[in-house]
Formats: sequence, structure tokens, C-alpha cells
Amino acid sequence: MTTARPRPAPRSGVPTEQQDQAAQPATRPAAPRPARVDPSPATGAQSLVRSLEAVGCDVVFGIPGGAILPAYDPLYDSTLVRHILVRHEQGAGHAATGYAQATGRVGVCIATSGPGATNLVTPLADAMLDSVPIVAITGQVGRKLIGTDAFQEADICGITLPITKHNMLVTDPADIPRAITEAFHIASTGRPGPVLVDLPKDVLQAQTTFSWPVETRLPGYRPTTRPHSKQIREAARLIGEARRPVLYVGGGVIKAEASTELLDLADETGAPVVTTLMARGAFPDGHRQNLGMPGMHGTVAAVAAMQKSDLLIALGARFDDRVTGDLSTFAPEAKIVHADIDPAEIGKNRPADVPIVGDAREVIIELTSALRAAGEDARSGRHEQQRDWWDQLERWRSTFPLGYDDPPDGTLSPEYVIERIGAIAGPDAIYAAGVGQHQMWAAQFIRYEKPRTWLNSGGAGTMGYGVPAAMGAKVGQPDTTVWCIDGDGCFQMTNQELATCAIEGIPIKVAVINNGNLGMVRQWQTLFYEERYSNTELGTHKHRVPDFVMLAEALGCVGLRCGSKDDVDRVIAEAMAIDDRPVVVDFTVGADAQVWPMVAAGTGNDQIMAARNIRPLFDDPEAGGADEVPA
Amino acid sequence: MTTTHTLSVLVEDKPGVLARISGLFSRRGYNIQSLAVGPTEEEGISRMTICVTVDDFPLEQVTKQLNKLVHVIKIVELEPATSVQRELVMLKIRADASVRSQVLEVTQMFRAKVVDVAPEAVTVEATGTEDKLNALRRMLEPYGIREIVQSGMVALSRGPRSIAAHHR
Repeated sequence: MTTARPRPAPRSGVPTEQQDQAAQPATRPAAPRPARVDPSPATGAQSLVRSLEAVGCDVVFGIPGGAILPAYDPLYDSTLVRHILVRHEQGAGHAATGYAQATGRVGVCIATSGPGATNLVTPLADAMLDSVPIVAITGQVGRKLIGTDAFQEADICGITLPITKHNMLVTDPADIPRAITEAFHIASTGRPGPVLVDLPKDVLQAQTTFSWPVETRLPGYRPTTRPHSKQIREAARLIGEARRPVLYVGGGVIKAEASTELLDLADETGAPVVTTLMARGAFPDGHRQNLGMPGMHGTVAAVAAMQKSDLLIALGARFDDRVTGDLSTFAPEAKIVHADIDPAEIGKNRPADVPIVGDAREVIIELTSALRAAGEDARSGRHEQQRDWWDQLERWRSTFPLGYDDPPDGTLSPEYVIERIGAIAGPDAIYAAGVGQHQMWAAQFIRYEKPRTWLNSGGAGTMGYGVPAAMGAKVGQPDTTVWCIDGDGCFQMTNQELATCAIEGIPIKVAVINNGNLGMVRQWQTLFYEERYSNTELGTHKHRVPDFVMLAEALGCVGLRCGSKDDVDRVIAEAMAIDDRPVVVDFTVGADAQVWPMVAAGTGNDQIMAARNIRPLFDDPEAGGADEVPA
Repeated sequence: MTTTHTLSVLVEDKPGVLARISGLFSRRGYNIQSLAVGPTEEEGISRMTICVTVDDFPLEQVTKQLNKLVHVIKIVELEPATSVQRELVMLKIRADASVRSQVLEVTQMFRAKVVDVAPEAVTVEATGTEDKLNALRRMLEPYGIREIVQSGMVALSRGPRSIAAHHR
């Protein structure tokens, strides 16, 4: 660890040896990491960096500053941990999240004390709500200065208490290896989540000893991963009896790496599958049993299936309000099998008939084998008794497919752009979205066939998530095409990370779905505020401020623009052909496109509108008809 | 049904653990009625006795959320019938020589103790259940209460079993 590695080249035009090595952490032969280190003298900062190396961290996203400065000195020498210098700490946090969501490994971000640390608040809250395993390392003022309102002091542990899975202030340099071990362990096990480690400057500077491995001391942390066999048997019994079952698949299935096992369970039950916003890709969209996404902007088939179901089998899902709509009218006839690794989620919003605490993968395996144990006759019986159910599901699916019309004013359809990106980049690419209309369209019109190919801010709804998350994903999966589907509003929150991408050699592709407005808010103003467009126009159409092509070029990217349907495929192909630097495409699209279907906030899922003024009447015995209702 | 529940919570004695627990109650919208913290027979482990008034269903949510805190080791709900519950109160009573003997009589009836006496005041210390302490207070109120200080409830389950013994 004494050889300084070459610094990155200022631009990414010509890949340097360093970039080749650093850009491929997943495939390069991993440098040997110490399995065991006998106690040896080190500073707190060296102990931190050696702990990160030993725990398997290969990349950190961060910005140095006064209090964290001691850590950056040994980091300069590390050949195992690549540091990516971001432009804003929020970018570091979301990049760590994107890295974690794309790879399944723990993402790491670093910031200094005070404002550096508080800039991590949004990504930490975001990772908390989406259960993403990240570790945030923050500098803190020296121990003697804590509590004195010192320069750049912030009580970041106090501030992030409600938005981290756990956090810790390390006051003894000898505790650093254990703190890092525990942070990675807590972040990545049980229900994953963000963990913050706060390190006072003098703790980093102090002399201590480093040894590895260290034992964790977490008497109060024992996540349950193995499901209870009695509950599994009970769930299997209910599945055997159900005539209208639905597999309600949440993000936990992706986190548990249970997609393959889910295919077996789906096959064994014969039941339809709905994949929530966090679970897009957990089950292939191409699979006959996949009805798509449920919830506020879900497919009619998925929403209707849940509403009319007699048994919901929730797997790593949490009955979020965006899925259930008005809880009191949600799936009124359904019994609930609720499997989650977090016991607090079970029964939180909807009482469970069969609660199962456990890792989604283990639950799915056990459930599948319990069903298989009942034999082939039971299996065909299950499929047989769902025959009417599937007839109805197919009617919903064929009568109310996802769709859109080209804007009557001749402007470019945003849905078309997103659909074409998905078709051209294909199911192997990773798609990261911002938050808003473009996010919903990306969830609806891109076909996801594999887990970890769809990244978004589901729980927190963090505008600005897209660009830094795509950056983190590309660092974690350098051989994969990564598209950020962003909005013109979101893009203006975090696009400075494109400078990071350009300089560090992270060639992501950004599609700015530029409708000139805060589109989702505008849609609500159209529907619920009498078209009074208060403060939603951004001027990215009217004034072309900023000009996204010029902005992209200023940030070291290729800037492209597309405003007509005929050019869409060509421009996407052009963007796909560039892999030596980031690309930004300004897709100038119409402002009036809306996200449909929609369940208006606060209403029940029975009120789903397939399109404006079109409400499928579920009470109709034919259950396939549509009717006009007053706006 | 809304009732007062008594939770006995074993926690690691770490800085900020009280803030983690009280913060959890407030951000999930539950009101702590009383809270008492102290050391246990085991070094590094503290016991909190938390009284909270909630419906039965949110109580389950409270304990599940508490259990998710890394520093929380064990939570047991103590039922009034199967546990001993005590609070401590000190009351400073306006009592000069003319009424002092009456105050002392009430004090004795409640098996309370006089812990300080001055020409115009007597300070009484009592332990017991909430009901008993309320009754004492009602009896002393006519003389004039100058100051009250009361601890949070502490409680232990009856019988030989200990909740600490099971956490490892």
C-alpha cells in the first residue's frame, strides 16, 4: 500500500490504464484482500482505509473536507479502494445507492463534517425508504470540540437517527475496524438499509492498532431469515384453496436474489404475478403470468387482480399507500399471506392472515417445496380452479393494455421515446429514473426481464436521484449499458455529476424527457386544480434555459437533441454508439402527455381510471367493459 | 382498546440510546407517559421502563419498531397483575406547627416517610403504585402542596424468572 496509483486522466476520451483497471471492479481479478491481519500500528485513518479494503469495498464516492481530510491521505495510496470525486455529496449518496441496487453489494459514500454530512441526508432518507444497503462515512469535528458549535460541526448522528437503519459515532480509534465491520453487516443483512459512521478528526489522526477480522458486538441485532415451517404450511394450504390468488411481489424479492426461485413458485401456483415499482424486473415482463405493476399508475389488470383477489401472497412487499390506495377499500375479499424479513412490516398497514417473517428467497423456496409436496394432482387442481380467474384476468389485460396516443399537437410523445429506448437498449441494460411522469412511463413502457436492471427512488420519491444513481450503477456494472431516464426538472437538480462521469470515465447515457415542466405536478394541476399551472413551467422549452445540449457539452458529455418521432431511433442509436464519454439527449417532448392509468390519491383502487374519464367498471359482471364517467 | 401498557426494555448502555427510543415514539406518533432508566445486574445493559398509552394494535407496532433498534436487546410487556409496579414521589407540604402532626399522621397511614422538615414545611417521600400515590396526594392537598417531584414507574415481573436471563 505504498505505491501511489496513477491519477485519473483529465478526460475520458482515451481510456488510460488506470481507468481500465478501475472501471471494471466486477470483472478485474480482485487484488488479494487480507483475510487476516495481526495487530499492527496504524493511524485511525489508516485503520479506516484498511478496514474498507478488508471488508471488500472496491469503490467509494465522496468529497474531502476539513474533518475527513486525514482519511483521504491513506485513501490516496489504496490500490483496492477507488475513490470517485463527486461534485455534491448528494451525488455521492445516490451513487452509492445506484451501485448497491445494480450490484447487490454495499455502496459507500464519504463526506466531511457539517454541511458535507448534511448533504447526505436526502440520499440516506432515500436509501432508508427503499431499503438499500449503503454505508456513509462522515468526518466529525475533534472530540474536544463536539458540542461547542465548532466550525463545520453538525450532530449528524442526531440528524440521521430517523433516516438510517443504524448510526454510530466512533470515539475510540481502536473501535474503527469493528465499527466498519458492524456497519457493513447491519447495512447488508436483514432488511437492508443505510448505516452512518461518524469519525471525529482526532480519532482519525490518533495512533492505534489495526487487526482483522474483528468480532461484532451486536447483542440486539438478530434478523430472522428462516421462515417458520408452520406458517409455510398454512400459507401453502391457503394457496391450495384459493380461486383468485395473486403473487404480490415487492423489492424484497430483488434484494433477496430470489428471482429464479420466484419463477418456480409462480409456475407451481399458476397464480398471476404483479411486480411493484421496486420490484420491476424481479419477474420477467415477458412471462405470461406477469400482469405488470400495481398501484397508483399500475396496469388495470394488476390493480383489478388485487382488488378482486381472494388471496394475496405478499413477498417482500409492504402494502405501501401508493399500491393500496385507500386501505379500507383495498382488496376487500382477499386473505393475506405476508412474508417479509422485517416483522414490523407485517400487519402494519393490512392485517395478515398468515404472517411469515423471513428472507424472501427462503420463504419462496420453502413455499414452493410445500406446494410440490402436495403432489401433481394438487398442482393441476390449483391451476384448474383458477381457470375462471385467468379468463377474467385476460379480459382485463386485453381490454385495458398500457398505451398512449401521440400528442394531437404533433409534439413528440414522451412514452414513445421511453419505449424506444427500452426496445433498443434491451433487457440487459440498466435503467435509472428520476421521479415523476418519466419515472412512471419508464416503469410502464420499458420491459424488464431481469432483476437489478430498474433503479428508482420508490419510497422517498427523490427528484435528482437519476443521474448519480446511474453513475453508481455504471461503476458497479461497467460492462452494462446504463441509461438514466430523467425529467427536465430532476435533471437540473443533480446534473453536475455528469462532470464526475466525464472526468472519471463513467459513460452513462441520459435521456432528458424534456417537457418544459414539472410534469407530474402539472398533471395534477390539470386534473385537480382546474389547469391553474402554478409554478410548474421550467422554461426549458419556452426559453431553452438551460440549453441541455450546451450544458452537456460544458460538462464534458456529448449533447444531442431530438424533437421528432422520425429521429428517435436514429438518435438513440447514436447515443448507444458512444461509449467513451457520457451522452445527454434532450428529447424535447410535448407538455400535455399524462400518466395513465391512475388511481387518484386518497381514493380506492376500484376508482382506477384507465385513461382520463375512462373507468373500468369492476362491478359489471362482464368486467371488461368501460364506461364514461364525468370528469 | 386504549390502555396504558408498561414495557420493560433491556438496552445496551450506549450514548444516544435514550434519544433513539424517545425519538422513535415521537416520530411514530405515540406519547410516552413515563420513562425510567437505570443500570441492571449486567454491566453495559440498562433497563428502561416505559409507560405508553396506546391501542393494543399500535402497541404491537411500537414493540416491533423498538425491536428494530440495534441497541434494543429485549422487550417485555409487564401486566399489572403479574408484576410489581412502583413510582416514587416527594411532596413538599405547607405545614407549620399547628398542622404538622396531622400531616405526619397522614404520612404514617400511607407508610410514607418524612425526609425533610422546616418550620413551615414538611417534605414527604412515598413509594407505591400510581393509585396509592394519587390517594396520598389528595389527602395532603388541603394543607397546601408547594412542590411535587415524581419518578417514572419502575416495574419487575413477579416470581423467580428474570427477563435479562434470556437475552443471550
